[in-house]
Amino acid sequence: MSSQATSTGGAAPEAAPVALAVTGISKSFAGVHAIRNLSFVARKGEATALIGPNGAGKTTVFNLVSGVYGVDAGAVTVNGVDVTHMPSRRRIGCGIARSFQNVRLMDHLSVLENLLVGQHIRAASLTDLLTPYRLFPNHRWRQEARQALADNGLERYANETVSGLPYGVRKRVDLVRATLAGASILLLDEPAAGLNPSETNDLRDHLNLLVAQGLTLVIVEHDMHFIDSICSNVVVLNFGEKIAEGPLSVVRQDPEVRRAYIGDGEN
Amino acid sequence: MSGYLTGVLVVLAFNVIAAYAVYLPMAAGQLNLGIAGFMAIGAYGAAFLTNEYGWSMLAAVPVASAAAGLVGLVIGFPVLRTHGIYLALATFALGQVIAAVFLNLEVVGGAAGYTLSAYAGPYVVFAAAIGVVLVMLYLSRTRFALYLTAVKSDPTVADLMGISVRGVQVAAFALGAMVAGFGGAFYALHYNFVEAQHFNVLLSVFTVLYVLFGGAQTVWGPLAGAMFFTLAPEALRFGEQWRYAIFALFIILFMAIRPQGLITTSLFQGFRRRSNEASP
Repeated sequence: MSSQATSTGGAAPEAAPVALAVTGISKSFAGVHAIRNLSFVARKGEATALIGPNGAGKTTVFNLVSGVYGVDAGAVTVNGVDVTHMPSRRRIGCGIARSFQNVRLMDHLSVLENLLVGQHIRAASLTDLLTPYRLFPNHRWRQEARQALADNGLERYANETVSGLPYGVRKRVDLVRATLAGASILLLDEPAAGLNPSETNDLRDHLNLLVAQGLTLVIVEHDMHFIDSICSNVVVLNFGEKIAEGPLSVVRQDPEVRRAYIGDGEN
Repeated sequence: MSGYLTGVLVVLAFNVIAAYAVYLPMAAGQLNLGIAGFMAIGAYGAAFLTNEYGWSMLAAVPVASAAAGLVGLVIGFPVLRTHGIYLALATFALGQVIAAVFLNLEVVGGAAGYTLSAYAGPYVVFAAAIGVVLVMLYLSRTRFALYLTAVKSDPTVADLMGISVRGVQVAAFALGAMVAGFGGAFYALHYNFVEAQHFNVLLSVFTVLYVLFGGAQTVWGPLAGAMFFTLAPEALRFGEQWRYAIFALFIILFMAIRPQGLITTSLFQGFRRRSNEASP
Protein backbone atom coordinates (compact mmCIF):
# COMPACT_ATOMS: atom_id res chain seq x y z
CA MET A 1 0.00 0.00 0.00
CA SER A 2 1.60 3.21 -1.09
CA SER A 3 -0.32 5.69 0.94
CA GLN A 4 0.10 9.30 0.16
CA ALA A 5 -2.06 9.83 3.20
CA THR A 6 -2.23 13.40 3.86
CA SER A 7 -3.94 15.51 6.43
CA THR A 8 -5.78 13.91 9.33
CA GLY A 9 -8.79 16.08 8.68
CA GLY A 10 -8.55 19.41 10.39
CA ALA A 11 -6.39 21.05 13.01
CA ALA A 12 -5.72 18.62 15.83
CA PRO A 13 -6.38 20.92 18.80
CA GLU A 14 -9.90 21.74 17.61
CA ALA A 15 -10.81 18.23 16.47
CA ALA A 16 -14.27 17.14 17.54
CA PRO A 17 -14.58 13.96 19.60
CA VAL A 18 -14.53 10.67 17.72
CA ALA A 19 -18.02 9.27 17.12
CA LEU A 20 -17.11 6.23 15.02
CA ALA A 21 -13.71 4.58 15.08
CA VAL A 22 -12.80 1.79 12.69
CA THR A 23 -9.47 0.26 13.65
CA GLY A 24 -7.60 -2.16 11.45
CA ILE A 25 -10.64 -4.05 10.16
CA SER A 26 -10.27 -6.80 7.59
CA LYS A 27 -12.80 -9.01 5.84
CA SER A 28 -12.43 -11.79 3.30
CA PHE A 29 -15.10 -13.58 1.32
CA ALA A 30 -14.07 -17.06 0.16
CA GLY A 31 -10.39 -16.10 0.30
CA VAL A 32 -10.84 -12.79 -1.53
CA HIS A 33 -9.84 -9.76 0.55
CA ALA A 34 -12.75 -7.33 0.48
CA ILE A 35 -11.35 -5.05 3.20
CA ARG A 36 -7.76 -5.08 4.38
CA ASN A 37 -6.52 -3.43 7.57
CA LEU A 38 -8.75 -0.36 7.25
CA SER A 39 -8.73 2.38 9.87
CA PHE A 40 -10.49 5.71 9.95
CA VAL A 41 -12.53 7.83 12.32
CA ALA A 42 -15.68 9.90 11.88
CA ARG A 43 -15.88 12.86 14.23
CA LYS A 44 -18.96 14.11 15.99
CA GLY A 45 -20.89 16.74 14.07
CA GLU A 46 -18.89 16.22 10.90
CA ALA A 47 -19.49 14.44 7.62
CA THR A 48 -16.94 11.92 6.40
CA ALA A 49 -17.00 10.54 2.87
CA LEU A 50 -15.96 7.08 1.78
CA ILE A 51 -15.06 7.19 -1.88
CA GLY A 52 -13.43 4.88 -4.35
CA PRO A 53 -14.11 2.99 -7.57
CA ASN A 54 -16.88 0.40 -7.82
CA GLY A 55 -15.89 -2.72 -5.95
CA ALA A 56 -13.48 -0.84 -3.67
CA GLY A 57 -15.39 -2.12 -0.61
CA LYS A 58 -17.33 0.98 0.47
CA THR A 59 -20.64 -0.77 1.07
CA THR A 60 -18.77 -3.67 2.70
CA VAL A 61 -17.41 -1.17 5.23
CA PHE A 62 -20.99 -0.12 6.02
CA ASN A 63 -21.97 -3.77 6.34
CA LEU A 64 -19.10 -4.40 8.73
CA VAL A 65 -19.79 -1.30 10.81
CA SER A 66 -23.54 -2.00 11.01
CA GLY A 67 -22.93 -5.68 11.75
CA VAL A 68 -24.47 -7.29 8.66
CA TYR A 69 -21.11 -9.08 8.42
CA GLY A 70 -18.67 -9.78 11.22
CA VAL A 71 -15.10 -8.57 10.84
CA ASP A 72 -12.23 -11.08 10.51
CA ALA A 73 -9.91 -8.74 12.40
CA GLY A 74 -9.89 -5.26 13.89
CA ALA A 75 -12.41 -3.31 15.93
CA VAL A 76 -15.38 -0.98 15.50
CA THR A 77 -16.19 1.53 18.21
CA VAL A 78 -19.42 3.55 18.22
CA ASN A 79 -19.65 6.51 20.61
CA GLY A 80 -16.98 4.92 22.77
CA VAL A 81 -18.61 1.47 22.86
CA ASP A 82 -16.79 -1.45 21.27
CA VAL A 83 -19.45 -3.01 19.01
CA THR A 84 -17.13 -5.38 17.15
CA HIS A 85 -18.81 -8.50 18.50
CA MET A 86 -22.22 -6.98 19.24
CA PRO A 87 -25.17 -8.48 17.32
CA SER A 88 -26.25 -6.22 14.46
CA ARG A 89 -29.66 -5.45 15.97
CA ARG A 90 -28.14 -4.05 19.14
CA ARG A 91 -25.81 -1.62 17.37
CA ILE A 92 -28.57 0.84 16.54
CA GLY A 93 -29.01 1.22 20.30
CA CYS A 94 -25.44 2.55 20.47
CA GLY A 95 -26.46 5.36 18.15
CA ILE A 96 -25.73 4.15 14.63
CA ALA A 97 -28.27 3.86 11.81
CA ARG A 98 -27.91 3.43 8.08
CA SER A 99 -29.58 3.82 4.73
CA PHE A 100 -29.12 1.54 1.75
CA GLN A 101 -27.67 1.88 -1.72
CA ASN A 102 -30.61 -0.01 -3.21
CA VAL A 103 -33.43 1.50 -1.20
CA ARG A 104 -34.70 -1.19 1.14
CA LEU A 105 -38.06 -0.10 2.46
CA MET A 106 -40.81 -2.51 3.50
CA ASP A 107 -42.76 -2.64 0.24
CA HIS A 108 -46.14 -3.70 1.62
CA LEU A 109 -46.15 -1.04 4.31
CA SER A 110 -47.14 2.58 3.84
CA VAL A 111 -44.60 5.38 4.06
CA LEU A 112 -45.84 6.26 7.55
CA GLU A 113 -45.59 2.64 8.68
CA ASN A 114 -42.02 2.42 7.37
CA LEU A 115 -41.14 5.40 9.53
CA LEU A 116 -42.82 3.75 12.53
CA VAL A 117 -40.53 0.76 11.99
CA GLY A 118 -37.62 3.20 11.96
CA GLN A 119 -38.66 4.45 15.41
CA HIS A 120 -38.53 0.95 16.89
CA ILE A 121 -35.39 1.37 18.95
CA ARG A 122 -37.02 4.27 20.81
CA ALA A 123 -40.37 2.46 21.09
CA ALA A 124 -39.22 -0.99 22.10
CA SER A 125 -41.15 -1.46 25.35
CA LEU A 126 -43.92 -4.05 25.64
CA THR A 127 -46.43 -1.21 26.10
CA ASP A 128 -45.30 0.40 22.84
CA LEU A 129 -45.40 -2.99 21.15
CA LEU A 130 -49.00 -3.71 22.15
CA THR A 131 -50.55 -0.23 22.11
CA PRO A 132 -53.07 -0.07 19.25
CA TYR A 133 -51.51 3.10 17.81
CA ARG A 134 -53.62 2.82 14.66
CA LEU A 135 -56.76 3.49 16.67
CA PHE A 136 -55.37 6.87 17.74
CA PRO A 137 -54.65 9.21 14.81
CA ASN A 138 -52.85 11.61 17.15
CA HIS A 139 -50.70 9.00 18.82
CA ARG A 140 -47.31 10.54 19.55
CA TRP A 141 -45.31 8.15 17.35
CA ARG A 142 -47.61 8.79 14.42
CA GLN A 143 -47.44 12.51 14.98
CA GLU A 144 -43.66 12.43 15.11
CA ALA A 145 -43.49 10.41 11.89
CA ARG A 146 -45.97 12.76 10.19
CA GLN A 147 -43.96 15.76 11.31
CA ALA A 148 -40.78 14.21 9.90
CA LEU A 149 -42.59 13.71 6.58
CA ALA A 150 -43.86 17.29 6.63
CA ASP A 151 -40.34 18.58 7.36
CA ASN A 152 -39.15 16.77 4.25
CA GLY A 153 -42.08 17.73 2.03
CA LEU A 154 -43.31 14.15 1.91
CA GLU A 155 -46.58 14.42 3.84
CA ARG A 156 -48.75 13.69 0.82
CA TYR A 157 -47.21 10.23 0.58
CA ALA A 158 -47.87 9.29 4.21
CA ASN A 159 -50.51 6.64 3.48
CA GLU A 160 -49.17 5.46 0.13
CA THR A 161 -47.82 1.94 -0.10
CA VAL A 162 -44.10 2.22 -0.69
CA SER A 163 -43.88 -0.18 -3.65
CA GLY A 164 -45.74 2.22 -5.96
CA LEU A 165 -43.70 5.35 -5.24
CA PRO A 166 -41.09 7.01 -7.50
CA TYR A 167 -37.45 6.19 -6.77
CA GLY A 168 -36.57 9.70 -5.59
CA VAL A 169 -39.37 9.66 -3.01
CA ARG A 170 -38.39 6.19 -1.76
CA LYS A 171 -34.81 7.34 -1.43
CA ARG A 172 -35.88 10.27 0.74
CA VAL A 173 -38.18 8.09 2.83
CA ASP A 174 -35.23 5.74 3.41
CA LEU A 175 -33.20 8.67 4.76
CA VAL A 176 -36.03 9.94 6.97
CA ARG A 177 -36.48 6.42 8.37
CA ALA A 178 -32.78 6.28 9.27
CA THR A 179 -32.98 9.64 11.05
CA LEU A 180 -36.06 8.58 13.06
CA ALA A 181 -34.03 5.97 14.91
CA GLY A 182 -32.66 8.91 16.87
CA ALA A 183 -29.13 7.79 16.06
CA SER A 184 -26.21 10.21 16.36
CA ILE A 185 -24.28 8.55 13.51
CA LEU A 186 -25.83 7.96 10.09
CA LEU A 187 -24.23 5.77 7.44
CA LEU A 188 -25.63 6.90 4.09
CA ASP A 189 -24.96 4.66 1.12
CA GLU A 190 -25.08 6.71 -2.10
CA PRO A 191 -27.88 9.00 -0.91
CA ALA A 192 -27.75 11.14 -4.07
CA ALA A 193 -27.66 8.29 -6.61
CA GLY A 194 -30.62 8.42 -8.97
CA LEU A 195 -31.80 11.84 -7.79
CA ASN A 196 -32.32 14.74 -10.20
CA PRO A 197 -30.33 18.00 -9.68
CA SER A 198 -33.10 19.70 -7.74
CA GLU A 199 -33.56 16.66 -5.45
CA THR A 200 -29.79 16.49 -4.99
CA ASN A 201 -29.71 20.15 -3.91
CA ASP A 202 -32.52 19.57 -1.42
CA LEU A 203 -30.70 16.53 -0.08
CA ARG A 204 -27.46 18.48 0.32
CA ASP A 205 -29.27 21.21 2.29
CA HIS A 206 -30.93 18.58 4.43
CA LEU A 207 -27.68 16.75 5.20
CA ASN A 208 -25.89 20.01 6.00
CA LEU A 209 -28.72 20.78 8.40
CA LEU A 210 -28.26 17.39 10.09
CA VAL A 211 -24.52 18.06 10.45
CA ALA A 212 -25.26 21.52 11.87
CA GLN A 213 -27.56 19.79 14.39
CA GLY A 214 -24.58 17.75 15.58
CA LEU A 215 -25.15 14.46 13.75
CA THR A 216 -22.19 12.52 12.44
CA LEU A 217 -22.50 11.40 8.83
CA VAL A 218 -20.51 8.84 6.93
CA ILE A 219 -21.40 9.05 3.26
CA VAL A 220 -20.58 6.73 0.38
CA GLU A 221 -20.99 8.77 -2.79
CA HIS A 222 -19.56 9.21 -6.28
CA ASP A 223 -20.67 12.83 -6.83
CA MET A 224 -17.57 14.86 -5.94
CA HIS A 225 -19.42 18.20 -5.94
CA PHE A 226 -21.95 16.76 -3.53
CA ILE A 227 -19.19 15.48 -1.26
CA ASP A 228 -17.29 18.76 -1.49
CA SER A 229 -20.32 20.67 -0.21
CA ILE A 230 -20.89 18.43 2.83
CA CYS A 231 -17.86 16.41 3.89
CA SER A 232 -14.88 17.80 5.74
CA ASN A 233 -12.95 14.54 5.58
CA VAL A 234 -12.65 12.00 2.78
CA VAL A 235 -11.38 8.43 3.00
CA VAL A 236 -10.41 6.91 -0.35
CA LEU A 237 -10.57 3.15 -0.81
CA ASN A 238 -9.22 0.97 -3.55
CA PHE A 239 -9.36 -2.84 -3.55
CA GLY A 240 -10.40 -2.76 0.11
CA GLU A 241 -7.47 -0.65 1.27
CA LYS A 242 -7.26 2.98 2.27
CA ILE A 243 -5.11 4.82 -0.23
CA ALA A 244 -5.62 8.35 1.08
CA GLU A 245 -7.44 10.40 3.66
CA GLY A 246 -7.99 14.11 4.19
CA PRO A 247 -10.02 17.03 2.86
CA LEU A 248 -11.27 16.48 -0.69
CA SER A 249 -9.17 19.34 -2.06
CA VAL A 250 -6.07 17.51 -0.82
CA VAL A 251 -6.89 13.88 -1.64
CA ARG A 252 -7.96 14.72 -5.18
CA GLN A 253 -4.39 15.90 -5.87
CA ASP A 254 -3.03 12.57 -4.68
CA PRO A 255 -1.51 10.75 -7.70
CA GLU A 256 -2.71 7.34 -6.54
CA VAL A 257 -6.26 8.60 -6.02
CA ARG A 258 -6.21 10.18 -9.47
CA ARG A 259 -4.93 6.98 -11.00
CA ALA A 260 -7.34 4.69 -9.17
CA TYR A 261 -10.51 6.73 -9.12
CA ILE A 262 -10.82 10.39 -10.05
CA GLY A 263 -8.74 10.39 -13.24
CA ASP A 264 -6.50 13.11 -14.57
CA GLY A 265 -9.24 15.08 -16.30
CA GLU A 266 -11.08 15.99 -13.08
CA ASN A 267 -10.13 18.99 -11.01
CA MET B 1 -81.78 -20.82 13.28
CA SER B 2 -82.10 -24.17 11.50
CA GLY B 3 -79.90 -27.04 12.55
CA TYR B 4 -78.24 -27.08 9.15
CA LEU B 5 -77.38 -23.37 9.28
CA THR B 6 -76.11 -23.68 12.86
CA GLY B 7 -73.96 -26.63 11.84
CA VAL B 8 -72.44 -24.69 8.93
CA LEU B 9 -71.78 -21.62 11.09
CA VAL B 10 -70.09 -23.75 13.77
CA VAL B 11 -67.76 -25.19 11.12
CA LEU B 12 -67.16 -21.64 9.89
CA ALA B 13 -66.28 -20.53 13.43
CA PHE B 14 -63.70 -23.32 13.79
CA ASN B 15 -62.27 -22.58 10.36
CA VAL B 16 -61.94 -18.87 11.15
CA ILE B 17 -60.05 -19.63 14.37
CA ALA B 18 -57.77 -22.09 12.56
CA ALA B 19 -57.15 -19.59 9.75
CA TYR B 20 -55.91 -16.99 12.22
CA ALA B 21 -53.66 -19.59 13.83
CA VAL B 22 -51.95 -20.03 10.45
CA TYR B 23 -52.11 -16.33 9.60
CA LEU B 24 -49.99 -15.12 12.54
CA PRO B 25 -46.78 -16.94 11.56
CA MET B 26 -47.54 -16.44 7.87
CA ALA B 27 -47.70 -12.67 8.38
CA ALA B 28 -44.09 -12.97 9.58
CA GLY B 29 -43.18 -15.08 6.54
CA GLN B 30 -43.39 -18.50 8.21
CA LEU B 31 -45.46 -21.32 6.74
CA ASN B 32 -46.82 -23.56 9.48
CA LEU B 33 -48.02 -26.81 7.92
CA GLY B 34 -48.52 -28.49 11.27
CA ILE B 35 -51.34 -26.43 12.68
CA ALA B 36 -53.53 -29.53 13.16
CA GLY B 37 -51.02 -30.81 15.73
CA PHE B 38 -51.49 -27.72 17.88
CA MET B 39 -55.27 -28.02 17.54
CA ALA B 40 -54.91 -31.58 18.80
CA ILE B 41 -53.02 -30.39 21.89
CA GLY B 42 -55.83 -27.94 22.68
CA ALA B 43 -58.52 -30.50 21.99
CA TYR B 44 -57.02 -33.31 24.04
CA GLY B 45 -55.91 -30.89 26.74
CA ALA B 46 -59.44 -29.51 27.24
CA ALA B 47 -60.93 -33.01 27.02
CA PHE B 48 -58.55 -34.45 29.57
CA LEU B 49 -58.85 -31.61 32.06
CA THR B 50 -62.66 -31.53 31.97
CA ASN B 51 -63.02 -35.32 32.01
CA GLU B 52 -60.35 -36.45 34.42
CA TYR B 53 -60.09 -33.47 36.74
CA GLY B 54 -63.60 -32.10 36.43
CA TRP B 55 -62.30 -28.67 35.46
CA SER B 56 -64.79 -26.18 34.15
CA MET B 57 -64.60 -25.09 30.54
CA LEU B 58 -63.51 -21.63 31.67
CA ALA B 59 -60.39 -23.05 33.27
CA ALA B 60 -59.68 -25.92 30.86
CA VAL B 61 -59.76 -23.91 27.63
CA PRO B 62 -57.14 -21.29 28.62
CA VAL B 63 -54.84 -23.95 30.07
CA ALA B 64 -55.18 -26.18 27.00
CA SER B 65 -54.55 -23.18 24.72
CA ALA B 66 -51.55 -22.13 26.79
CA ALA B 67 -50.18 -25.69 26.58
CA ALA B 68 -50.40 -25.54 22.77
CA GLY B 69 -48.73 -22.12 22.85
CA LEU B 70 -45.99 -23.39 25.13
CA VAL B 71 -45.25 -26.32 22.83
CA GLY B 72 -45.18 -23.79 19.95
CA LEU B 73 -42.75 -21.64 21.89
CA VAL B 74 -40.41 -24.49 22.82
CA ILE B 75 -40.53 -26.08 19.36
CA GLY B 76 -40.47 -22.68 17.61
CA PHE B 77 -36.90 -21.87 18.55
CA PRO B 78 -35.27 -24.86 16.80
CA VAL B 79 -37.85 -25.24 14.04
CA LEU B 80 -37.67 -21.57 12.98
CA ARG B 81 -33.97 -21.94 12.27
CA THR B 82 -35.10 -23.45 8.99
CA HIS B 83 -36.57 -21.48 6.12
CA GLY B 84 -38.79 -21.96 3.10
CA ILE B 85 -39.54 -25.51 2.07
CA TYR B 86 -37.49 -26.89 4.99
CA LEU B 87 -39.60 -24.99 7.48
CA ALA B 88 -42.76 -26.24 5.77
CA LEU B 89 -41.47 -29.82 6.01
CA ALA B 90 -40.37 -29.40 9.62
CA THR B 91 -43.78 -28.06 10.70
CA PHE B 92 -45.52 -30.72 8.62
CA ALA B 93 -43.54 -33.42 10.44
CA LEU B 94 -44.21 -31.75 13.78
CA GLY B 95 -47.97 -31.85 13.20
CA GLN B 96 -47.77 -35.53 12.28
CA VAL B 97 -45.68 -36.37 15.33
CA ILE B 98 -48.10 -34.63 17.71
CA ALA B 99 -51.09 -36.42 16.16
CA ALA B 100 -49.21 -39.74 16.35
CA VAL B 101 -48.47 -39.20 20.04
CA PHE B 102 -52.18 -38.77 20.81
CA LEU B 103 -53.05 -41.72 18.59
CA ASN B 104 -50.89 -43.90 20.84
CA LEU B 105 -51.79 -42.33 24.16
CA GLU B 106 -54.11 -44.82 25.85
CA VAL B 107 -54.96 -42.43 28.68
CA VAL B 108 -56.97 -40.39 26.15
CA GLY B 109 -58.47 -43.35 24.34
CA GLY B 110 -55.75 -44.00 21.75
CA ALA B 111 -57.05 -44.82 18.27
CA ALA B 112 -60.57 -45.36 19.59
CA GLY B 113 -60.96 -41.66 20.38
CA TYR B 114 -61.93 -39.88 23.55
CA THR B 115 -65.44 -38.87 24.63
CA LEU B 116 -66.06 -35.71 26.63
CA SER B 117 -68.77 -35.01 29.16
CA ALA B 118 -68.50 -31.19 29.11
CA TYR B 119 -70.28 -29.40 26.27
CA ALA B 120 -69.88 -26.03 24.57
CA GLY B 121 -72.99 -25.00 22.64
CA PRO B 122 -72.93 -23.30 19.24
CA TYR B 123 -73.25 -19.81 20.69
CA VAL B 124 -70.20 -20.41 22.88
CA VAL B 125 -68.29 -21.45 19.75
CA PHE B 126 -69.50 -18.35 17.89
CA ALA B 127 -68.40 -16.16 20.79
CA ALA B 128 -64.99 -17.85 20.82
CA ALA B 129 -64.51 -17.19 17.08
CA ILE B 130 -65.68 -13.58 17.41
CA GLY B 131 -63.27 -13.19 20.33
CA VAL B 132 -60.37 -14.45 18.20
CA VAL B 133 -61.31 -12.07 15.36
CA LEU B 134 -61.47 -9.14 17.79
CA VAL B 135 -58.09 -9.99 19.32
CA MET B 136 -56.59 -10.24 15.84
CA LEU B 137 -58.13 -6.90 14.85
CA TYR B 138 -56.64 -5.40 17.99
CA LEU B 139 -53.21 -6.88 17.27
CA SER B 140 -53.37 -5.61 13.69
CA ARG B 141 -53.52 -2.06 15.10
CA THR B 142 -50.31 -2.49 17.09
CA ARG B 143 -46.60 -2.27 16.37
CA PHE B 144 -46.46 -6.06 16.76
CA ALA B 145 -48.39 -6.47 13.49
CA LEU B 146 -46.17 -3.87 11.87
CA TYR B 147 -43.09 -5.83 12.87
CA LEU B 148 -44.58 -9.07 11.52
CA THR B 149 -44.77 -7.45 8.09
CA ALA B 150 -41.35 -5.82 8.50
CA VAL B 151 -39.74 -9.15 9.38
CA LYS B 152 -41.45 -10.80 6.41
CA SER B 153 -40.52 -7.99 3.98
CA ASP B 154 -36.83 -7.61 4.83
CA PRO B 155 -35.42 -9.43 7.85
CA THR B 156 -31.97 -7.85 7.40
CA VAL B 157 -33.30 -4.30 7.55
CA ALA B 158 -35.72 -5.16 10.37
CA ASP B 159 -32.74 -6.52 12.31
CA LEU B 160 -30.69 -3.39 11.69
CA MET B 161 -33.62 -1.31 12.94
CA GLY B 162 -33.21 -3.16 16.22
CA ILE B 163 -36.14 -5.57 15.83
CA SER B 164 -35.50 -9.07 17.14
CA VAL B 165 -36.38 -10.99 13.98
CA ARG B 166 -36.21 -14.36 15.70
CA GLY B 167 -38.19 -13.07 18.67
CA VAL B 168 -40.97 -11.78 16.43
CA GLN B 169 -41.03 -15.02 14.42
CA VAL B 170 -41.11 -17.26 17.48
CA ALA B 171 -43.76 -15.07 19.13
CA ALA B 172 -45.94 -15.25 16.01
CA PHE B 173 -45.47 -19.02 15.78
CA ALA B 174 -46.27 -19.57 19.47
CA LEU B 175 -49.27 -17.22 19.40
CA GLY B 176 -50.53 -19.04 16.32
CA ALA B 177 -50.11 -22.35 18.14
CA MET B 178 -52.07 -20.94 21.09
CA VAL B 179 -54.91 -19.80 18.83
CA ALA B 180 -54.93 -23.26 17.22
CA GLY B 181 -55.09 -24.84 20.67
CA PHE B 182 -57.96 -22.52 21.58
CA GLY B 183 -59.88 -23.62 18.49
CA GLY B 184 -59.06 -27.27 19.14
CA ALA B 185 -60.30 -27.01 22.73
CA PHE B 186 -63.69 -25.72 21.60
CA TYR B 187 -63.81 -28.29 18.82
CA ALA B 188 -63.53 -31.06 21.42
CA LEU B 189 -66.01 -29.40 23.75
CA HIS B 190 -68.57 -28.82 21.02
CA TYR B 191 -68.49 -32.23 19.36
CA ASN B 192 -67.87 -34.07 22.65
CA PHE B 193 -65.48 -36.39 20.93
CA VAL B 194 -61.88 -36.21 19.79
CA GLU B 195 -59.86 -38.61 17.72
CA ALA B 196 -56.29 -38.08 16.58
CA GLN B 197 -57.18 -38.99 13.00
CA HIS B 198 -59.17 -35.77 12.68
CA PHE B 199 -56.02 -33.67 13.16
CA ASN B 200 -54.40 -34.86 9.96
CA VAL B 201 -52.34 -33.18 7.31
CA LEU B 202 -55.38 -32.32 5.19
CA LEU B 203 -56.73 -30.17 8.00
CA SER B 204 -53.42 -28.28 8.13
CA VAL B 205 -53.23 -27.88 4.37
CA PHE B 206 -56.82 -26.68 4.07
CA THR B 207 -56.26 -24.11 6.79
CA VAL B 208 -53.19 -22.77 4.97
CA LEU B 209 -55.34 -22.53 1.83
CA TYR B 210 -57.88 -20.34 3.65
CA VAL B 211 -55.15 -17.83 4.39
CA LEU B 212 -53.48 -18.00 0.98
CA PHE B 213 -56.85 -17.55 -0.72
CA GLY B 214 -58.01 -14.74 1.54
CA GLY B 215 -54.58 -13.09 1.51
CA ALA B 216 -51.96 -12.81 4.24
CA GLN B 217 -51.29 -9.09 3.75
CA THR B 218 -54.17 -7.87 5.91
CA VAL B 219 -55.98 -9.11 8.98
CA TRP B 220 -59.20 -9.52 6.95
CA GLY B 221 -57.70 -12.08 4.56
CA PRO B 222 -58.02 -15.17 6.80
CA LEU B 223 -61.63 -14.29 7.66
CA ALA B 224 -62.52 -13.89 3.98
CA GLY B 225 -60.67 -17.10 3.07
CA ALA B 226 -62.29 -19.18 5.81
CA MET B 227 -65.74 -17.83 4.89
CA PHE B 228 -65.24 -18.60 1.24
CA PHE B 229 -63.92 -22.12 1.80
CA THR B 230 -66.70 -22.94 4.24
CA LEU B 231 -69.66 -21.34 2.53
CA ALA B 232 -68.85 -21.77 -1.20
CA PRO B 233 -69.01 -25.60 -1.17
CA GLU B 234 -72.39 -25.32 0.59
CA ALA B 235 -73.62 -22.88 -2.08
CA LEU B 236 -72.48 -25.30 -4.78
CA ARG B 237 -74.54 -28.17 -3.39
CA PHE B 238 -76.80 -28.03 -6.45
CA GLY B 239 -73.86 -29.45 -8.43
CA GLU B 240 -73.96 -32.67 -6.39
CA GLN B 241 -70.84 -34.73 -7.00
CA TRP B 242 -69.39 -32.10 -9.36
CA ARG B 243 -69.29 -29.42 -6.73
CA TYR B 244 -65.80 -30.24 -5.48
CA ALA B 245 -64.46 -30.35 -9.03
CA ILE B 246 -66.02 -26.95 -9.81
CA PHE B 247 -64.68 -25.58 -6.54
CA ALA B 248 -61.16 -26.88 -7.17
CA LEU B 249 -61.14 -25.47 -10.70
CA PHE B 250 -62.19 -22.10 -9.38
CA ILE B 251 -59.41 -22.10 -6.76
CA ILE B 252 -56.77 -22.93 -9.38
CA LEU B 253 -58.00 -20.15 -11.69
CA PHE B 254 -58.25 -17.65 -8.85
CA MET B 255 -54.77 -18.30 -7.52
CA ALA B 256 -53.35 -18.04 -11.05
CA ILE B 257 -55.00 -14.66 -11.54
CA ARG B 258 -54.54 -13.28 -8.03
CA PRO B 259 -51.67 -15.08 -6.26
CA GLN B 260 -51.51 -12.46 -3.50
CA GLY B 261 -54.98 -13.49 -2.32
CA LEU B 262 -58.40 -11.88 -2.25
CA ILE B 263 -57.79 -9.04 0.20
CA THR B 264 -54.60 -6.98 -0.12
CA THR B 265 -53.24 -3.69 1.19
CA SER B 266 -53.46 -2.11 -2.27
CA LEU B 267 -57.15 -3.08 -2.40
CA PHE B 268 -57.74 -1.13 0.81
CA GLN B 269 -55.70 1.76 -0.52
CA GLY B 270 -57.82 1.82 -3.68
CA PHE B 271 -61.01 2.01 -1.58
CA ARG B 272 -59.51 4.78 0.55
CA ARG B 273 -58.45 6.80 -2.48
CA ARG B 274 -61.87 6.46 -4.05
CA SER B 275 -63.64 7.55 -0.88
CA ASN B 276 -61.26 10.54 -0.59
CA GLU B 277 -62.05 11.54 -4.16
CA ALA B 278 -65.78 11.17 -3.51
CA SER B 279 -65.59 13.48 -0.47
CA PRO B 280 -62.96 16.12 -1.21
